[in-house]
Amino acid sequence: MESWKRSPLVFAILALPATFWLVVFFLLPLGFVWILSFGEKTSLVDVEITWTLANYWRALDTIYLEIIWKSVWISALATLLCLAVAYPIAFLISFLSPRMKLLMLMAIIMPFWINMLIRTYALIAVLRRNGYVNFIAEWLWNKANLVLSAVGLGEYHLLGEKFEPLPLIYNNFSLMVGLVYVFLPFMVLPLYATIERLDKSYLEASLDLGASQFRTFVSVTLPLTMPGVVSGVILVFIPCLGSFLIPDLLGGTNAQMIGNVITRQFKQANDWPFGSALSFLLMYVTFGALALRAFFAARGARRTEE
Amino acid sequence: MKRRKPLVPTSRRGFLAGTGLAAMCLTFGSKYAFSEEEKALTFYNWDTYIGPDTLSDFEEATGISVKMDLFGDNDELFAKLRNAKNGYDVIVPSSDFVERMVAADMLMPLDHDKIPNMANIQKRFLEVDFDPGRKYSLPYMWGTIGIGYNKEEVEGTPDSWEILLASDKYADRIALLGDAQHVLQIALKYLGYSLHSTDPKQIKEAEDLIIAQKKNIKVFADDNGQDLLASGEVALVQEWNGDILQVMAEDENLGYSLAKEGGLLWEDCLAIPKNAPHPDNAHKFINFLNEPEVNAAIAEAIQFGTPNEAALKLLPDSYTKNPVIFPSEEALKNYESAKYLGEEATKLYDEAWTRIKAA
Repeated sequence: MESWKRSPLVFAILALPATFWLVVFFLLPLGFVWILSFGEKTSLVDVEITWTLANYWRALDTIYLEIIWKSVWISALATLLCLAVAYPIAFLISFLSPRMKLLMLMAIIMPFWINMLIRTYALIAVLRRNGYVNFIAEWLWNKANLVLSAVGLGEYHLLGEKFEPLPLIYNNFSLMVGLVYVFLPFMVLPLYATIERLDKSYLEASLDLGASQFRTFVSVTLPLTMPGVVSGVILVFIPCLGSFLIPDLLGGTNAQMIGNVITRQFKQANDWPFGSALSFLLMYVTFGALALRAFFAARGARRTEE
Repeated sequence: MKRRKPLVPTSRRGFLAGTGLAAMCLTFGSKYAFSEEEKALTFYNWDTYIGPDTLSDFEEATGISVKMDLFGDNDELFAKLRNAKNGYDVIVPSSDFVERMVAADMLMPLDHDKIPNMANIQKRFLEVDFDPGRKYSLPYMWGTIGIGYNKEEVEGTPDSWEILLASDKYADRIALLGDAQHVLQIALKYLGYSLHSTDPKQIKEAEDLIIAQKKNIKVFADDNGQDLLASGEVALVQEWNGDILQVMAEDENLGYSLAKEGGLLWEDCLAIPKNAPHPDNAHKFINFLNEPEVNAAIAEAIQFGTPNEAALKLLPDSYTKNPVIFPSEEALKNYESAKYLGEEATKLYDEAWTRIKAA
């Protein structure tokens, strides 16, 4: 860590592009939004910065807090599902042959090459009433009916008079499927990275010393892969919290996340100051969640020391 | 507010991505030579909202090359125009946005002397509340919002918003539009109020009506109501006439009707932004679009109602007698043109919508 101090010029030059990027594309726009959040609309297009807190007061209205709370819940659930799905996948990949590893990782990353919008539309085609899942369900229904008729139960209509398509889309189910589907790679990759680095001989040692598979997982594997779990959770939870496209396209009549409300403030509602205040409120919630994590991590670390 | 659909349906957002790409290509292709007014024009239009040869014909006739960019909805257009140096010469806002843009001082007054073809436009489109004397805009196309339905599943012809808003006969088979104003507007109409209500009590009543009906509504469809209808996802949709007309062309089981309570009579207009770089060319272009032959070709291609009387005379019966494009005066009796209601009302509508979706 000392080396950079010896050649500050080289360090400065190397850090320049990243700093420039961070300042111009992150800090400056964020600063604009922050200032805007203290503004008042004076006409259709003009905003006067009066350092009023009115936008924040309005954002603290129960309805918006409820929506934020709901968004937090939806995101937390989606993150948990991602974790539950991604962990076995990441584990499996790390035990494959190098060639298969590459193939599996490609399979995980490949959807990234396709625009998220297109992937989401593809999901509509899969889940809708006349979609692929329902085609298969109907086919199975017909086959099952054939079997029932063959054994003489045909006239009882055990499976109903006619096939009723499964309600798979425009509800909370499809919203969850969409979120998990889109954000899964963000969970798999950091998990894979830590599991890959995990020294497998620890697992062998644990098993040799008589621990059950379950015990080994809980006491050895999980703690050692915790950094991957944590980065995966953060990488999924935060974009989930701000998502608006997926609830818009896949959600039902009450799929309104805070991202949707914010988007509307910059478009239909034409209230940029309020939209900015809501964005910052959301950011504070995110910071809060991260701080909470840091707090628990620190407490956990203390406890293990004791 | 997205009703222009290519025959292969794309999404609003999908085509935005495409638009960006197209815009990029076009930018690289344009070499501006500075002169009094260079032979160039930038047209900011909805998707699939112009005849296939209109732009090249204009270039042939005048030597002015047209670059066309596309927008997905009025809000996007408005957000773009907030930047005074937007570089557009001709835009196509809907009537309420014309009013809004005039209020925000975004539009250039039209020089009617430079648009002799104004004489081709039907008189009733020249006397409108949202732009008195047509100082800032001329009509381009018009239409309605009504009920798209599946004839096999829906009994008879729906002629009231009741079927969408206050009945559980078609529970879970209904889609409404996805924005505050258009959904609340029909609820207001159904309750017997004006389309332009700014009375918080009436808006609240409309809100309660929709919240009570939510259990029967499948989805608030942002831009794909016609696709939901065509794919059998729902049996009834609140939609723009042009959208339904496009899916009707492919499926004879689909129909479109107007509600007796009335609804929105929309009109898209041609206007010139305040700082347009080529105002002369813009006037020439607007005049060109109102040439009878040119206008008729556009109307036939995009299947929306044209206000151009001279063009109507050139068009076949299949177009001029189509009740989806040109409903009877009787059916339109309670329909109202869109109006800009002010920022306070915009906020009222948005808050009601937030509550509806959260309920």
